[in-house]
Amino acid sequence: MTQVLSPVDAVVDIVGVTMEFPGVMALDCVDFRMYPGEVHSLMGENGAGKSTLIKVLTGVYSATAGDMHLAGSKVSFSTPAQAQDAGISTVYQEVNLLPNLSVAENIMLGREPRRFGSLDWRAMRRRAAELLEGLNLDIDPGSLLGSHSIAIQQLVAIARAVDVNATVLILDEPTSSLDTDEVAELFRVIRTLKEQGCAILFVSHFLDQVYEIADRLTILRNGRLVGEYRTEEILKIDLVQKMIGKEMASFSELEQRHRESEEEIAGTGIPFLEAKGLGRRGAIRPVDFSIDEGEVVGLAGLLGSGRTEIARLLGGIDRADSGTSEVNGKAVKLTSPRKALSKRIAFASEDRRGEGIVGDLSVRDNIALALQIERGWYRPIAPKRVTELAQHYIDALNIRPADPHALVRNLSGGNQQKVLLARWLAVAPRLLILDEPTRGIDIGAKAEIQKLVFNLAENGMSVLYISAELEEVLRLSHRVGVMRDRHMVSMVENDSLSVEDLLALIAEGSEDEDEKDVVA
Amino acid sequence: MSNTVMERLPANAATRGTLSAGRRIITSPKYAPVLVTLGLFIAMFVSGGVRYDNFWSPQVLLNLFVDNAYLIVLAVGMTFVILTGGIDLSVGSVIALSAMICAKLLEAGVPAAGVIAVTLVATSLLGLGMGLMIHVFKVQPFIATLAGMFLARGLCYVISEASISINDPFFVSMASTRIPLGGSASITISVIIALLVVAIAFYVLHYSRFGRTVYALGGSEQSGTLMGLPVGRTKVLVYVVSGLCSGISGVLYSFYTLSGYSLTAVGTELDAIAAVVIGGTLLTGGYGFVLGSALGVLVLGLIQTMISYEGTLSSWWTRIFIGGLLLVFIVLQKVLTRRRN
Repeated sequence: MTQVLSPVDAVVDIVGVTMEFPGVMALDCVDFRMYPGEVHSLMGENGAGKSTLIKVLTGVYSATAGDMHLAGSKVSFSTPAQAQDAGISTVYQEVNLLPNLSVAENIMLGREPRRFGSLDWRAMRRRAAELLEGLNLDIDPGSLLGSHSIAIQQLVAIARAVDVNATVLILDEPTSSLDTDEVAELFRVIRTLKEQGCAILFVSHFLDQVYEIADRLTILRNGRLVGEYRTEEILKIDLVQKMIGKEMASFSELEQRHRESEEEIAGTGIPFLEAKGLGRRGAIRPVDFSIDEGEVVGLAGLLGSGRTEIARLLGGIDRADSGTSEVNGKAVKLTSPRKALSKRIAFASEDRRGEGIVGDLSVRDNIALALQIERGWYRPIAPKRVTELAQHYIDALNIRPADPHALVRNLSGGNQQKVLLARWLAVAPRLLILDEPTRGIDIGAKAEIQKLVFNLAENGMSVLYISAELEEVLRLSHRVGVMRDRHMVSMVENDSLSVEDLLALIAEGSEDEDEKDVVA
Repeated sequence: MSNTVMERLPANAATRGTLSAGRRIITSPKYAPVLVTLGLFIAMFVSGGVRYDNFWSPQVLLNLFVDNAYLIVLAVGMTFVILTGGIDLSVGSVIALSAMICAKLLEAGVPAAGVIAVTLVATSLLGLGMGLMIHVFKVQPFIATLAGMFLARGLCYVISEASISINDPFFVSMASTRIPLGGSASITISVIIALLVVAIAFYVLHYSRFGRTVYALGGSEQSGTLMGLPVGRTKVLVYVVSGLCSGISGVLYSFYTLSGYSLTAVGTELDAIAAVVIGGTLLTGGYGFVLGSALGVLVLGLIQTMISYEGTLSSWWTRIFIGGLLLVFIVLQKVLTRRRN
C-alpha cells in the first residue's frame, strides 16, 4: 500500500459538503476522504453530524452544497439504490435484513442469479455459500435468517454488502449488540475485506474498538470538521477532548468522588429490597439479591448472561416463577410494572426506542407519562404543571434541545436517554433500575448520566446499574453482581476492584458445561 | 437454552445434521402450519370415511375441488396480499361484480371471450386502484379495500338489481362439461383453471423476483427498501394480482351458478382469508405458501362436506368449525413466531 495518500488515491473524496435542515446546520462545509484498503472511523458525539454524513454518502440525503467524488469521478446520489450501484454498501446498526427468508436469499436478494427468466436457487445457494466461506462463516445458506443470532445476522448483512462488489463498506455501530467474541469475529471479517482493498467506514461509540481496528479517523463536532488523524498518532484522551470540545475532567472527578463517598457511607446499611431465590425458568436461575437504600449495585456479565433478566423480574416486567421478594421488610409480589411502581421501583429498559421513549410525543409528554399513569387518568396533572415539571428536568439533566415541546424522536440518543431517566425520576422512585443507560450515546452524555446516578444514590435512592462497559459498573457501584450463563455467580464488594478482576470473575469456571444443561 | 448457545456460535455442519433438520421443520414458522393443515386434512378425511358410508370415494375428494374452484383462485390472490402483510376485503364483492359484468355483457350479446377479457381487466384495474391508494396515499389496506368492497358491491346494483341468468353456450358448456378421470370420477374445467392458477402462483412466488419481493415485504418493508428492492411497485402489484384472481374467481363462479346476482358471495372474502390462514400463511406476512392456501380451501370444503354427511347438523355448524379452527391456527402461529423471537 502506498504511504503517500493524496486526494487522487482516495476512493471517496468529499469536499465542502453542507447539509442544512430547517433551522439546523447538520453539516457545515465538511471534507472527508476514504482510501482503499483502509478502515476509517468517523468520530463525534451524537449530533455531531456523523449520521448525516453517512446519509449523504449513501444517498439518503442530497447535500445542500459540496462535491463528492467516487474513485475520481464526480457523483451525486439522490437514492440509496444509486449509491449502492456505485459501490457504496451500508450495514446499519439494526440489522436490516429479512428474518423470514433464508440466509442465501438475504445475501442475494435483488440480484439473484436467473436461468431462463426464473430464479436459479441452486446457483443462489452456491454463490451465497462461497461468500460465507470467504468470510469464514460456517452457516447453512438454506437456513432461515431469523434462526440465527443478531451477530450472525450482522455478518450476513456484511456478506450481502460484499457481494454488491462494494468498494466502500459503511458499518454503522455494528458492534453495539455484539459480545466480545462476536466483535472479534466481526473484526476478522473487516480485516479480510480490508486486505481485499475495500474501504471501510467503521462508526462506533467504543473507543477501544476504534483503536483496535481503525487506521485513520475523522472527527466531527457540531456539524463541523475537527480534523483527520492517523489512529496511531492521536492519543485517546486527545481524541475525546476533540470530540466533546472540552476537558474531560468529569470522569476523573467522578472517580474521585466515588472513592470519597465509599469511605463515608457506602450505602446506608438499611436494606430496601431483598429477594430470595428469585428466578424464572428459561430466563434466570434463582438468585438471592438485596440492595440497600442509597446503594448502587452493578450487574456485570456478558450479553445474555442474565443481567437484563434480573432487572426485568425486579421491575415487574417478567413474572418470577420462584422465590420471594421483600421491600422494606414486607413481602411483595412484583407481578407487573404497575405493582413495582407502587413499591417505588422504576425500570428503564435497555431498548430505549422499543420499550422506552414514545418518539411521536413531546419531551414534556414523555417525561410526564409515568407520573400520570401512577396518578390514574381521572386525576390529570395541570398542563402548566407538566410543562414546569418538564422544564425542571430539562434544566436538571441538561436535555438538548431545551424545548419541552420538541418531539423526542428528533432528539439524539443521549438526550432520549435523559428524557427516559427524567420520566422515572418524576415518579420519585426509591429503586431505579437502569439497564444499559449509556448504550449508544455519546461520551459527554455518558458522563452526565453517570454523575446523575451518583447524585441520586447520595440522596438515598437505590440504583441497580447494568452496563456492558465494566469501567462504568466499577466507577459507580458499591457492590457488583457478576452474572454468567443466566446465573449470578458472585456478589462482590467494590473496593479497589479492577476491570481485570471483574473479567476474571465473569470468565472463571466457564468450562463447567454440564451446569449449562441444568438451566436448559 | 442449549438452543441459544448453539445459535450464537456458527454451528458446524455436523451438529446441523439430519437429527435437527426434522425438528427445525416442525418448529419452523415457515413449514409447521402447512404440515399441521395437511395432517388435519388427512385426519378429517380418514375419520369421515370411518364415520360415514360412501365417504371414501374419489368423487367426494374431487368434489371438494369442483365446489371450491372459485375459492381456491380467490385464496391464491389473497395469499399474495397477506404475504406482504396486507389484506384485501374487496374480493367477495369483486366476485359478485365480475359475475354481474359477465351476465350483463352476455345478455347484451358480447362474445364470451370478450366478456371474460373485459371482466378481468376491470377487476385488475380495481385492484390497481386500491394498491395505489395503499402505496401512494399510505392508506391502511384494511380501509382501502373496505372502500373497494363497498364500491364493487354498489356497482353490482348499478348494473342490475335483479338476478341475470346466463344462457351463453360457452358458459353453459363450461358449467356442464365434465372431464372423466376414470371410473365414475370427473372434474370440471374450472378445476383445471384453478389448479393452473395455483401452479402459476407457485412459480411466480418462488421463482420470480416479484415473488421473492412479496415475501420480503412481509418480512420487513423497511429492510426491503434499504436492500434496494422495488417495494412500492410490488405492493401495488399484489393488489392487482388479487384483483385479477377475484376476477377469474368471479368468472368461475358464474360458470358454477350460471347467473349474476348482486347479493352473491357476501362474506366470501372472509372465507378466503380463513383458508389462507388455515393454510399456514401468517397474517402479519412473510411466511406462507400458496399450496397451503389451496389446502386451506380443501379443509374448509371438507368441513362442509362432513356436515352435510352428518345430516342432522345445520349448515351453520360449518361456520362454527371454521371459527374454532381459525382460532387454533392463529394461536399456533403466535406460538411459533414467539419461539423464534
